[in-house]
Amino acid sequence: MKLGILVNEGPYQHQASDTAYQFTKAALAKGHEIFRVFFYNDGVNNGTRLSVPPQDDRNITQQWSQLAEEHKLDLVVCIAAAQRRGILDENEAKRHGKDSSNLAPGFRISGLGQLIEAGIQADRLVVFGD
Amino acid sequence: MTMLHTVNKSPFERRTLDSCLGHASKGSAILLLEDGIYGALKGTVVADKIKDATADHPIYVLGPDVRARGMSEDQVIEGVSVVDYEGFVDLVTSHDNVQSWL
Repeated sequence: MKLGILVNEGPYQHQASDTAYQFTKAALAKGHEIFRVFFYNDGVNNGTRLSVPPQDDRNITQQWSQLAEEHKLDLVVCIAAAQRRGILDENEAKRHGKDSSNLAPGFRISGLGQLIEAGIQADRLVVFGD
Repeated sequence: MTMLHTVNKSPFERRTLDSCLGHASKGSAILLLEDGIYGALKGTVVADKIKDATADHPIYVLGPDVRARGMSEDQVIEGVSVVDYEGFVDLVTSHDNVQSWL
């Protein structure tokens, strides 16, 4: 089955991103297709490669990046939510005259239309949030 | 049309479990996860409400979240089924829709 995932909460707040990650991993292991993972609102904070959690803690962003690489996942960060929170890819950093970008590998920045498309194309859309 | 409802906050913190029980139609399933698992434990002030609700809804609780909070599956109310993440995926695919009460 084709599944869409929506993450509305940042990492290390409650548990939404962890649960979404474990759910996505389990769904892939069962042979389901993940159409897209969309990060919205504070969920865009999952996409910064500059976070440095303690070594004995999980690195949520890295976990997503690795899973994306292994399974060719489409990790999309909402552009408007990202700009407000300082999550920028190279193009956006240049466009806004910022000195650096911070989007993690495997993530891409795009618009809300990508969430709507996931809602239409996927058989189920599962929401994880605060 | 069958729906899966998920509740991820403790009933002692938010009212989403009550909202869910108030809106879920008979026969639709409810999954308690994250801090929502506290609603599935025996001996609390909401335990009777959940036990009664099992007559109208299949109720599930996410086992890894029960154990992550130092609770054991023996403490889960009878009639509430314990599932893992695989079971969570199966619940999503076997229902037509998923409603997350956030």
